[in-house]
Amino acid sequence: MQVPAPFEYERATSVDEAIALLTRHGADARLVAGGHSLLPMMKLRLARPETLIDINGLSDLDYIRVDGDEIALGAMTRHAAVLDSPLLAEHYRIFAEAERVIADPLVRNRGTVGGSLCQADPSEDLSAVFSALRGRAVIRAASGTRSVDLRDFHRGPYETAVGPAEILLEVRVPIRPRTGSAYQKVERRAGDWSIAAVGAFVQIDGDTISDVGIGITAVGAEHFACVAAEDQLRGSPATPEAVAAAAATCARSCHPSADQRGPEDYKRHLVEVLAGRALTQSIARARGEAS
Amino acid sequence: MHVNVTVNGAETGADIEARLLLVHYLRNELGLTGTHWGCDTSNCGACTVWLDGVPVKSCTTLAGMADGHEVRTVEGLEGTDLDPVQQGFVEEHGLQCGFCTPGMMMTARALLDRDPDPDEATIREAISGNLCRCTGYENIIRAVRWAATHEAAARAADQEGAGV
Repeated sequence: MQVPAPFEYERATSVDEAIALLTRHGADARLVAGGHSLLPMMKLRLARPETLIDINGLSDLDYIRVDGDEIALGAMTRHAAVLDSPLLAEHYRIFAEAERVIADPLVRNRGTVGGSLCQADPSEDLSAVFSALRGRAVIRAASGTRSVDLRDFHRGPYETAVGPAEILLEVRVPIRPRTGSAYQKVERRAGDWSIAAVGAFVQIDGDTISDVGIGITAVGAEHFACVAAEDQLRGSPATPEAVAAAAATCARSCHPSADQRGPEDYKRHLVEVLAGRALTQSIARARGEAS
Repeated sequence: MHVNVTVNGAETGADIEARLLLVHYLRNELGLTGTHWGCDTSNCGACTVWLDGVPVKSCTTLAGMADGHEVRTVEGLEGTDLDPVQQGFVEEHGLQCGFCTPGMMMTARALLDRDPDPDEATIREAISGNLCRCTGYENIIRAVRWAATHEAAARAADQEGAGV
């Protein structure tokens, strides 16, 4: 029987109350949303917070909406809502393609966008999605609200820019015209973490790639991205040769480790193949040639 | 801490440790052992119950998170008669050992409430968080289809009876 170590349980009914509770209980307190990352870690005693602050009551952080020239996703948005969102489907297919392969429908009913990002598992899928899209995280402390680029959000495995008395409010993604996006993941079995996964968006101007983002997870890519491959593609013609060269760069520049999911060379091979597919699909979608 | 949870329409309450999981609250505090406790790692789905109408894995939900909320378990499926999903599992031999069955049925009921006429691919996707260790998926899918077909027939008969 797996049981978490004892903890104190608090419930926040507002963002301010959550911050006040974090401040009062100190560094050994943790926020819990869906709990589908944190509770399994607590059962294994890999996480042992002394106080859990339940923020499931913060339904005002559950939204996906256009705000100015960005799409904002509230931290309490459940994965199932991301998968089903017509707004996200219209602008970024990468979301539904990633969500479809995150855990299973029951877990997606409960797990949240904010929880996944703040858990900061090095194999997490949405981290690669938001890194590819160069989103930014909006974080609130008692002293005010600040914004952090998603590419500076992760400080290491299971560590983020969110401080001990702060809460992630939302993630914002720029809306881009003439853009296609895609997510490609290989897993050992349905619902598992990635062996490797690559997400991309490509913006097209005529035959030229005017902007591009590449997100990579589970293989030690710095900031869940590949800046070198993006630089290589930006301004170049949208050809199969350019895509192949960028995919090879992705494979070279990541840092996979050998584990039960496979050896290093296999993972690099996967990254190259998946990056090639994600970029090719993104280009076709940007051109309106693929659904 | 004290929790009050509406379970299958009835008020329940208990003084519990904060770390008590919802599955153990249902089974040990309330004696509702229809909800099965399986892998304990949010993989197998045997512990699936509804929380405010949404199927979730109760081994990865704290009982405290259900405080003030509504839970529906497999015991809450049966009305005057068996729920069509339950009847479907009977008719189509949808269970062998029966361990996954409560979770399967709670997921299937939620699916049919949202999508009364799901095709096979939709059913497979919907139950992908519920594992059958007997690998009896074919008959489970037939059971869900049986329920969908019979509910559609019942609805049509109701409408005819009402003169619609």
